[in-house]
Amino acid sequence: MASNSSGGGSSDRQRIAQQRLSRIAGHLQRPADDNSAILAAECKAQGSKSGVSGGGKTVPRRRQEIMKWNGWGYNDSKFFFNKNGQAEFTGRRYRLSGLIIPGLKDWFEVTFGASVLHKTLAPPILNSSAVQPPTLNEAFVEELKSTGIPSSHDAEDRVFRAHGHCLHEIFALREGKFGRIPDMVVWPNCHSDVVKIVELACKHNVCLIPYGGGTSVSSALECPPEEARSIISLDTSQMNRILWIDEKNFTAHVEAGIVGQDLERTLNESGYCTGHEPDSMEFSSLGGWVATRASGMKKNIYGNIEDLVVHIKMVTPRGVIEKSCQGPRMSTGPDVHHFIMGSEGTLGVVTEVTMKIRPMPEYQKYGSVVFPNFEQGVACLREVAKQRCAPASIRLMDNEQFRFGHALKPQVSSIFTSFLDGLKTFYITKFKGFDPNHLCVATLLFEGDREKVLQHEKQVYDIAAKFGGLAAGEDNGQRGYMLTFVIAYLRDMGMDYYVIGESFETSVPWDRVLDVCRNVKARIIRECKEKGVQFPPLSTCRVTQTYDAGACVYFYFAFNYRGLSDPVHVYEQVEHTAREEILANGGSLSHHHGVGKLRKEWMRESVSNVGLGMIKSVKDYVDPNNIFGNRNLL
Amino acid sequence: MASEAVYTHRDPMLKKRDDFEDILEERRNSSDLRYALRCYTPVLYKGLTPSKASELKSMVLQSDQLHYVINQVSIETGMAADEVQAEAAAILEEMAHRLQISTVRFFAFTLSKVFKTLFRSICVNEEGIQRLQQAIHEHPVVLLPSHRSYMDFLLMSYILYTYDLALPVIAAGMDFMSMKFVGEMLRMSGAFFIRRSFGGDKLYWAVFSEYVKTILKNGFAPVEFFLEGTRSRTCKSLTPKLGLLNIVMDPYLKGEVFDVSVVPVSISYERILEEALYAREMLGVPKPKESTSGLFKARKVLSEDYGSIHVYFGQPVSVRSLAQNRVNRSQFNLTPRHIPRKPGEDIHSFVNDSAYRLVRAQEENMVLKPWVLLATLLLQNHHQSQAAGQKQGMAVDELTEQAVWLRDVSRQYGAFLHWPDHTSPSEVVSSSLSLHRGLVRISEGRVRLALEQAGGPAGGRDPRSAASPEEELLNQAVIILSCASYRNQALHVFIRPALLASAIHSASSNNKQEVYNSFSFLRNMFSNEFILCPGATVQDFEEACYLLVKTGALQINQQEFVVTERGHRTLAFLTSVLDPFLQGYQVVCRFLCEEATEGLTEKQFVPAVRKFIIKHLLTGRLRYAEVLSSDLQKNTLAALLRLGAVRKLKGGEEQGTLKVNKVMVNSLEDTLGGKLPTQKAVVARL
Repeated sequence: MASNSSGGGSSDRQRIAQQRLSRIAGHLQRPADDNSAILAAECKAQGSKSGVSGGGKTVPRRRQEIMKWNGWGYNDSKFFFNKNGQAEFTGRRYRLSGLIIPGLKDWFEVTFGASVLHKTLAPPILNSSAVQPPTLNEAFVEELKSTGIPSSHDAEDRVFRAHGHCLHEIFALREGKFGRIPDMVVWPNCHSDVVKIVELACKHNVCLIPYGGGTSVSSALECPPEEARSIISLDTSQMNRILWIDEKNFTAHVEAGIVGQDLERTLNESGYCTGHEPDSMEFSSLGGWVATRASGMKKNIYGNIEDLVVHIKMVTPRGVIEKSCQGPRMSTGPDVHHFIMGSEGTLGVVTEVTMKIRPMPEYQKYGSVVFPNFEQGVACLREVAKQRCAPASIRLMDNEQFRFGHALKPQVSSIFTSFLDGLKTFYITKFKGFDPNHLCVATLLFEGDREKVLQHEKQVYDIAAKFGGLAAGEDNGQRGYMLTFVIAYLRDMGMDYYVIGESFETSVPWDRVLDVCRNVKARIIRECKEKGVQFPPLSTCRVTQTYDAGACVYFYFAFNYRGLSDPVHVYEQVEHTAREEILANGGSLSHHHGVGKLRKEWMRESVSNVGLGMIKSVKDYVDPNNIFGNRNLL
Repeated sequence: MASEAVYTHRDPMLKKRDDFEDILEERRNSSDLRYALRCYTPVLYKGLTPSKASELKSMVLQSDQLHYVINQVSIETGMAADEVQAEAAAILEEMAHRLQISTVRFFAFTLSKVFKTLFRSICVNEEGIQRLQQAIHEHPVVLLPSHRSYMDFLLMSYILYTYDLALPVIAAGMDFMSMKFVGEMLRMSGAFFIRRSFGGDKLYWAVFSEYVKTILKNGFAPVEFFLEGTRSRTCKSLTPKLGLLNIVMDPYLKGEVFDVSVVPVSISYERILEEALYAREMLGVPKPKESTSGLFKARKVLSEDYGSIHVYFGQPVSVRSLAQNRVNRSQFNLTPRHIPRKPGEDIHSFVNDSAYRLVRAQEENMVLKPWVLLATLLLQNHHQSQAAGQKQGMAVDELTEQAVWLRDVSRQYGAFLHWPDHTSPSEVVSSSLSLHRGLVRISEGRVRLALEQAGGPAGGRDPRSAASPEEELLNQAVIILSCASYRNQALHVFIRPALLASAIHSASSNNKQEVYNSFSFLRNMFSNEFILCPGATVQDFEEACYLLVKTGALQINQQEFVVTERGHRTLAFLTSVLDPFLQGYQVVCRFLCEEATEGLTEKQFVPAVRKFIIKHLLTGRLRYAEVLSSDLQKNTLAALLRLGAVRKLKGGEEQGTLKVNKVMVNSLEDTLGGKLPTQKAVVARL
């Protein structure tokens, strides 16, 4: 779990530590800011007027200062096997940081047939000479310079913005392979900077690719190799202020480049939150959420991004699009926000958003329920959906993922705790007769005022009991959520030991949930075997969101690629067939990751010919010269 | 000429087959009782949630599918939903199996005794058993045995019990149930009973299909049924029935299971218990109704030697792979899956193609005994000498020489022939003849069909000493049809080359296109008679060409077929294989043109055409007594109906009346007889 959203005293220290780190990052950033200080003053003044924008910001212009160039997350945080062969997580940012995870090595070796002795390390330093020199549009560069908006064509800056976090993208970086990358990066400071950049781009016919948090997993940030124009990456990370908070209307007006953790932290300082917490919230940005139709873990209380947004401002080649008022709901023809949400950077840049905010919850409580099998668990989730009493978050992990979560248990401090653990296991497997190879666990997060949370908790546990569920404690629940924040770090470690993997998601009607889970997992295993993967893959899923009419299902899939000559190709083939299996079983193309370029081959069958034509005609009107040329979706 | 490729047939025909083990050997050396009582712990489906037979029933009755149909029926008929529900429960009660291990053990014991008396050996390919075990563990399994005898499903369960495999649940016809005690015994050994016809009964269909799907989806037991629908009286595979196959494929197509494994099983009998019974039945002596007392009368059967049985468990076929790129499964995404829908055209054609492919897989692994080749040769010889007015029968040496020749030819065509290699051909021939001594006579070094006192005991009991010529003819036909049933076992090996040989024979030139047209016409004509995969004309033609060229019987020079010196013998043999069928179809056509009355109904068709054929046989205008087979007559009618040369009226007082398009039937007859060239126009119209 990210440090900012975990309750309790232990996280206070971390919060302070993190703020300190951010501040240091802010210092480091300053010299770079100097040359643009005067010119960006207009924006700064606007920001300071509101006075909301306090605290350090996480993301500096030079991301490489705090983040890995060829992996996930912070430079200081990573898993490794120490001298004793035990897994450890470095850094001080997360709950797991600095802890030893004794079960991980065995789980890792047994699950993947991998060995900590077989290591394949990535080169630590980015080799700039392997990067293609930039193709610059001189006239554009010249005019841009006169606006004073900061920019760079430094190799590292460009490489950083040429990828998201798809497996093939990270794998290529680790191999030191860089394909077509942006020729230049610009950092607008505010809406009007963006207007200028887009005007210039249109004037000089250069290609713009908006870049927010860089957490895309749909190849959306990949530069189209066939693009002959100069490609400018428009990095919104410096547009990260909360411009105002309106407590009367429970709204906040925010610049779209702000990343999730900064948004929540800053709002928390005023006693508010948005409650939007996608798993990537440490790094993903508000503009990115809008552009991909993001979904947050706690959507049951706060809603998904489309429910949270009140007003959007987007700069397009045709001009700026925005609504004239902030009415909470309108009947004014098709909602133009829905052209923007999910447009994946093909129409323009989202610059400012008015979002709903809520008072911070008084009380948070984790929980978990063990079910004898996955079928019962799904039936319980459906019942919870039927009674519309879902907690802020409810997730159901399958057996494999339950064991995975278990392997991530940090070393226990006392014999007493481990004795208690043993007792619990004994109770569930022996006394209650749960088969350890079938049982699965639902993790829960309740939020609200204390009394209601406890009442709510009882209601949910009562439903669970009808489906054979046993309450299994807060700790299991919290660890389940932690998994989602460290999984990407784990993938990096896996790659050090010939293990590659990825996650993907779908949404599916209730009657199909079990079928999709079973068939997609089985398909992955069968395809891996057929494609010559030497070891059985990890193929696991969880139901991560419930809706009235269905659920969101999330799959993890990873395998040991030793013995394969082109592992990424095999990986992509398997992922492709898995997606076909999802579609054949009535699942959607995507619940919240988006389409990007990775899944666009299925767009036509997903939305029909006419539907695709509608999207295309909007694109043709808004951006006839394909200035926003990332070629996602269509 | 271009028709879309469906399956390539060539490769599987030449595949390697597993070895056999005799399971009776151990039974002869150890206690049957201990065998029947031994510990039975089969490997089960990995996704199985164990439950009792009663729970299975309530799962069926509580399913969304059934609920939907019950409500529908209740609205349509005005009956209360409770009553309909009760009716559904009653249907299920009548249908459901009650598998009991004690009954299985009883059968294991008794069948051991019976099998040891009847058969020399029961040979099973153990590798197939291992593959099956694996398949049962991985996915729901459907067993598809060939159907030649009542014995088939008892035998299947017996073998599975022997190898400690999960016992199947078997779809059986309702007629068994009328055998009071036996019916219940069969039910307790895993049979469930379905009515023979329930065309419009929505509720029955819903209960039945849901029952089968529930068993399959939950992996309670492998589901076993007969693709051919009924026992093949002719020993030729019957064209597949699609009802049950549709049902078992449905859970895969709707995504309710990851995959279904379908395992074709080929059961070949050296001598079929029902041999003479079948022949009589096809000649119009009505089939005895199954009754317990009838079964006991069959006791005399026990004193005879029925040779050996070969059971070959084929390669499990994944429905998922079959359906890949054939069926778009997302077609079920937009309506709830529990609402019954008629399968669309794509699914129908997919299931149909799969069914043919599976029947062919059964055929390919049918073990052929040397007698099959001898019966083929003796029948051909009988008709040829009859036509030439020569002495009946052939010298043993000559028969042996021809049999060896045919052995080699059939092996080249991929036949699964069990010809003992370490024994001399003459010994093989004589031991085969002795096992089938009811059908052949050997005197003065010559072998002939046992036609003279063919009436057998039935004829002996006849009060009149002299049988009428008609009776004599029918008695002879019993022998001939029995022999034909053995020849028929090899037809799947020869059918494609035989069609080609006949096409070359009747085509107006040796031009490849001409021959193809002729081939295509014949193939189309006979597609109710033989297993010819729909839409695979080109592949079949190419396979036939490949085999004949490979064996040196044919050369293709610049689109011209040239029959080689040694090829004449092969082609003559092949055309004679098909000739009875060609003649038979022509006679039926002639009947329809000459004698069919205005009001002829489907029911009257067989007796009427039989009379017509008897007349032709007695006057010597027709040589082949096997044309008396009602099977062939019905197949001809089915083909003519399919081609639109005959129409069947539906509804009203004229229900089932046949309307004959005489011009068309006449032209088909002439084309079959080679009097009319296979014009493109004719082919196109068909």
